[in-house]
Amino acid sequence: MAEVKNVTITVDGKQVTAPAGTLLIEACKAVGIEVPSFCYYPGLSLQAACRMCLVRIEKMPKLQTACTVPITDGMVVATDTDEVRQARKSMIELLLGNHPLDCPVCDAGGECELQDMTFKYGAAESRYMEGKLHKEEQQWSPVVFFDRPRCILCYRCVRVCGEGMDVSALGVQLRGSSSVIAPNEGDHLDCEECGMCIDICPVGALTSGAYRYKTRPWEMKHVGTICTHCGDGCKTTLGVRRSDTGMDIVRGDNRDKSGINGDFLCIKGRYAFDYFDHKDRLRQPLVRKDGKLTPTTWEEAIEHVGKRLREIRDSKGGQSIGVIGSNRTTNEENYLLQKFARTVLGTNNIDHHRTTDFAGFARAIAGKQNATATMRDVASAPAILLIGNDPTERHPLLAWNIRTNVRLHQAKLFVVNSQPIKLRRQATRFVQVPAGREGKLVAFLNGDDAAAGALTGASGSNDALKQLRDELKAQKDLVIIFGSELQGADIAALVKFGSAANAKFICLGDYANSRGAADMGLYPDLLPGYVALDGPHKYNEEWGSLSKTKGMGLQEMMQAAKGGKLAALYVVGSNPVVDYNFDPAALQNTFVVVQELFLTETAMLAEVVLPAASAYEKGGTFTNTCGDLQLLKKAGDITGIKSDFEIIVRVAERIGTEVRKLVPFGSGVRADMGQTRGAQSGEADRHSVWLTANNLEPRLSPFDPYAMLDEIQRLVPGYEFSRLSLLAGNDQHMLAAELSAAGAGDALVQIVPANDTLFTSGTLGRYSKTLNSVIENKRAPADKEVMAD
Amino acid sequence: MVISDKLDKFFDEKMKEYPTRRSFLVPMLLYSQDEVGYLSDEVIAYLAKKTELTELEVRNVISYYSLLHTKPMGKYHVQVCTNISCMLRGGEEILDHCKSKLGIGHKQTTADGTFSLEEVECIGACSWAPAVQINYDFHENLTNEKMDKVLDQYRSKAK
Ligand code: SF4
Ligand code: SF4
Ligand code: SF4
Ligand code: FES
Ligand code: FES
Repeated sequence: MAEVKNVTITVDGKQVTAPAGTLLIEACKAVGIEVPSFCYYPGLSLQAACRMCLVRIEKMPKLQTACTVPITDGMVVATDTDEVRQARKSMIELLLGNHPLDCPVCDAGGECELQDMTFKYGAAESRYMEGKLHKEEQQWSPVVFFDRPRCILCYRCVRVCGEGMDVSALGVQLRGSSSVIAPNEGDHLDCEECGMCIDICPVGALTSGAYRYKTRPWEMKHVGTICTHCGDGCKTTLGVRRSDTGMDIVRGDNRDKSGINGDFLCIKGRYAFDYFDHKDRLRQPLVRKDGKLTPTTWEEAIEHVGKRLREIRDSKGGQSIGVIGSNRTTNEENYLLQKFARTVLGTNNIDHHRTTDFAGFARAIAGKQNATATMRDVASAPAILLIGNDPTERHPLLAWNIRTNVRLHQAKLFVVNSQPIKLRRQATRFVQVPAGREGKLVAFLNGDDAAAGALTGASGSNDALKQLRDELKAQKDLVIIFGSELQGADIAALVKFGSAANAKFICLGDYANSRGAADMGLYPDLLPGYVALDGPHKYNEEWGSLSKTKGMGLQEMMQAAKGGKLAALYVVGSNPVVDYNFDPAALQNTFVVVQELFLTETAMLAEVVLPAASAYEKGGTFTNTCGDLQLLKKAGDITGIKSDFEIIVRVAERIGTEVRKLVPFGSGVRADMGQTRGAQSGEADRHSVWLTANNLEPRLSPFDPYAMLDEIQRLVPGYEFSRLSLLAGNDQHMLAAELSAAGAGDALVQIVPANDTLFTSGTLGRYSKTLNSVIENKRAPADKEVMAD
Repeated sequence: MVISDKLDKFFDEKMKEYPTRRSFLVPMLLYSQDEVGYLSDEVIAYLAKKTELTELEVRNVISYYSLLHTKPMGKYHVQVCTNISCMLRGGEEILDHCKSKLGIGHKQTTADGTFSLEEVECIGACSWAPAVQINYDFHENLTNEKMDKVLDQYRSKAK
């Protein structure tokens, strides 16, 4: 691309230098001059509908819209003259012409752009005598409501739905002052229900089913944390209030555009936090008595678990115990769980629901440098190859970043899939291959022309394939993204192809922390950081020497259970009975303990069920599917539950472990609780409040996950990051895959992708009122694609 | 097919002259309306497909133009201008007169389907205001009496 030259303009007497072509409104922003705007929205097409951004440009006959004028050399602009001020005032007067001014009851009150502008530039009185047009409020879907009179016709909603979401469910009907925003089905919406239109609305015209008329912005606590659903790791700001059960989450959004997702959230991030207070949520430990799960106290439950596990370990040995970890618990919890299994229970029988072959990926990429891409890379890479998966349904943020990249930077997108997935519409080239043959395609890319025979069934001639191969080879800085269609040797082959062109990779796994589960070593043969049990590693030094014998994976545990050789099964946040077809009958004589939010099919078989915190009720870190590490912040407490972290520590303690060996709390940390500044009463207290507020609790508690994070940072290869940056809410890319030492690997393991849609989320989705209320959820996936077209 | 094969072919032919498919939408809407009488749901679906737009987008465009209709109009569609020039020269009186004479209001159709009435903005005949457009024909310098004659002509034509 040709170098863009800089030009210099004068705004209100200040010199501004920016690349030619920069929009005037952005150039002004760069020197701190705010030009008010409604319809202008960075990243969306220009509309020039609201005329709020009028400024005076010398030598131009009329006031100009700063949102559409590209700067040119020598331009002289005035943004703060009487004339401009008067123009702004008039524009607001016009906008308020039909506006109901119902701020006291409007959801947007307190964070409304129209309200702010009216205060700042405003027209407190109006010269219009005409009656206001009125229309009743409409409900377009369980999540989207529309209040016509409040709408200022900025068309942001229409553009974000069309350009951003590629759904185009919103349009404008009629014209002039009777223009009205309309949904695609006449009186309701048939769309992806993302709620983007609601959040982008500068006023309270589009409102959210979850939030409307519930509270006011200043009555909430705002907690920036991570979405708990898919593996993309969107940042979300939760609006939290107190309630009789401890807390009430009333909304989720990312209006501050922080994090890897900018302002994007899909329906799950924006609404599906609502499972947290579902009436079926477990609030009390259950212990089986006379064959029935009976509510009991934490004391009794933990005592029971600790005692039985110790008996089993001491009489039958650790190898008779199996542990299944979770794709939804934090890195600290996953790390703790496998350490607990290996050092307390004395077993390497630990596994998790594998939704993709992260271990195979780590093996393939080991030793390469900077070979994994971040979620941010997806939004800026010049070229992307996507093999398998359907990101629109299963990785909504990834799909959004791809679309945004294609739209704003003309990135080239190459899609290989067995289905005509929706992203083909952004693709430079779309190649359909028969399901299950994605590996053949990789072989073909590597030069195996014979493989084409297995592929051409669906997409016709060889030529398209050859063209794809040639085009891909010509790409610089390619990002290669693949789903669980590729595993083991196929991934290795793909890495071979990509590495020749210095490509970066993303392996797609399901659920909020499936990557974290893999990185933290929930494997029978791999320690955290994909380190082979039988290879050299540092864990022995800190944990005492570990068994080098590979443990049982999920399938083997089931076989062992069938053969009566699995005396105990410890399950954390997983539902193997459904996800892995774990035969319930096999568990008849096994002592099963389950830590869960709900009474899942697996929990129903347990002897003890321990009610666990959801990811909204605890802190820690998550690693998204790309390997980006982010901070999970606790939104609040609800009664009756404990975090998985605390539960595991308590059980370990009851088994008779020295807790300090498991969690390095207090060791080597000398907390300043205010001592340095004298001993006035209250000082220590205030100081610790400050520390807590800044996420800097000294590790004085064995339940503090950040103590575990200290150890992770110290021992797990690739988990090097800045603590401060993490605490500041930034994402940092982990290199666990590149730095792995996984050894030769294993016979084929069973990968079971979650196959969630936009409207499901494993076991949690069942308990989300919102996900179950939208009509699109009731449709078969095949029709959904048609709908999206 | 919702429109004649001839028109469909004509669309395909003409489409080639436009930079993008959607650019041809408004002419296609007009042609289709002339042939079918109004823009039915089927016509909208057909044109959405043809232009590769959503039906919603086609409806957005239709709703923008008062000359496009989604309900059947009368055989003769009487469009009375009440914009400035016509208003100054009695356009509003002509409209009132038509209303009482035909017994229908703005955007309504007579029971026998002969006439429909619509108040419209400037139709570009200001020099001969007040003006009325009936289907594609203009009637100018109107008075109530002249208007009666015009309507009578059409009524006899309809028989
Ligand atoms: S919820 Fe999302 S998909 Fe539906 S109309 Fe709004 S922006 Fe479009
Ligand atoms: S509904 Fe909101 S976003 Fe959409 S046009 Fe109206 S004011 Fe703008
Ligand atoms: S894309 Fe994934 S992480 Fe982002 S809001 Fe949706 S479910 Fe949550
Ligand atoms: S912001 Fe420039 S016209 Fe709306
Ligand atoms: S004002 Fe009636 S034709 Fe122009």
